[in-house]
Amino acid sequence: MVTNVTSFGRSGLYDWVIQRITAVVLAVYFVALLGYLLINPDLTYQQWQALFATTWVRIASLLALLALCAHAWIGLWTISTDYLTADMIGAKATVIRFLFQTACVVLMFIYLVWGIQILWGI
Amino acid sequence: MLVSLYRYNPETDTKPVMQDYELDLPAGKDLMVLDVLELLKRKDPSIAYRRSCREGVCGSDGMNINGTNGLACITPVSSVAKGGKLVLRPLPGLPVVRDLVVDMTIFYKQFEKVQPFLINDQPTPAIERLQSPEDREKLDGLYECILCACCSTNCPSFWWNPDKFIGPAGLLQAYRFLADSRDTATNDRLANLEDPFSVFRCRGIMNCVAVCPKGLNPTRAIGHIRTMLLQRAT
Repeated sequence: MVTNVTSFGRSGLYDWVIQRITAVVLAVYFVALLGYLLINPDLTYQQWQALFATTWVRIASLLALLALCAHAWIGLWTISTDYLTADMIGAKATVIRFLFQTACVVLMFIYLVWGIQILWGI
Repeated sequence: MLVSLYRYNPETDTKPVMQDYELDLPAGKDLMVLDVLELLKRKDPSIAYRRSCREGVCGSDGMNINGTNGLACITPVSSVAKGGKLVLRPLPGLPVVRDLVVDMTIFYKQFEKVQPFLINDQPTPAIERLQSPEDREKLDGLYECILCACCSTNCPSFWWNPDKFIGPAGLLQAYRFLADSRDTATNDRLANLEDPFSVFRCRGIMNCVAVCPKGLNPTRAIGHIRTMLLQRAT
């Protein structure tokens, strides 16, 4: 058992399941959105605004936003533990990795709050 | 034939070099890569490599042959040196002891982690622990591993985290004991594999499957371990 405290769910199995579920959520959301754009080629701003004013689209968008944050956290955390290690970049790896992971989490939190603000500001 | 060989002696060299040898191969014969190395060693006795059984059973002569890991003793020269040049390097990712000899300590440490032996808490039977032919069949494709390390040293996840990711060879053996009907430590074995590195650092790129000289499939075994972990946790 390898100990880790900075991964999303502190468990490889949990992260693996979340990564796959969020991938499905994102795929469904963006395919649906793409489908909407394809069947409405002459989309107006009013139509687009009305779409995002409905509760269901807001729920779906919030779900996609949360899925994106979790998906990105797990993905970037994995990249950081592959490439920002002592073997790859030397003795200061732990500090650099921790700062990178913190920056990612803070950025995702900003995007999440900003996204919610945009969704409910319509 | 031109043979380009990785040479490194940490006692005398500051860095490794590729040394070229011109070798006349006997006509009408398709030699194995190991035969070529034996011929070379006659010319230059300072060349170092591991070998033992010379028939793909012991797993000693795993090396990188023209960019692909394999066992020198069962790799015909004609199948790899298509352009008339043979390039031999040590298995990638492990510290080089000398020339083609690598230090496999970390590989064996990962193997040790999966407790590669039968654990059974039942009273010892008078004769032996019996197994049905169906249960025995489940071990096919798992027990045949010879620990040559061709798979693990072909895996980027193992290159990046050799101390944390068990690697395809170790995980194949982990599943060999998880799948064994006589083993009673399944729960403890799975608990030791649940972290973000041991199993889940596998990205399923199947580099291990592509190079296994015994034709085994560690990626499939890793998939079975993931399913078992999921079944245990949902």
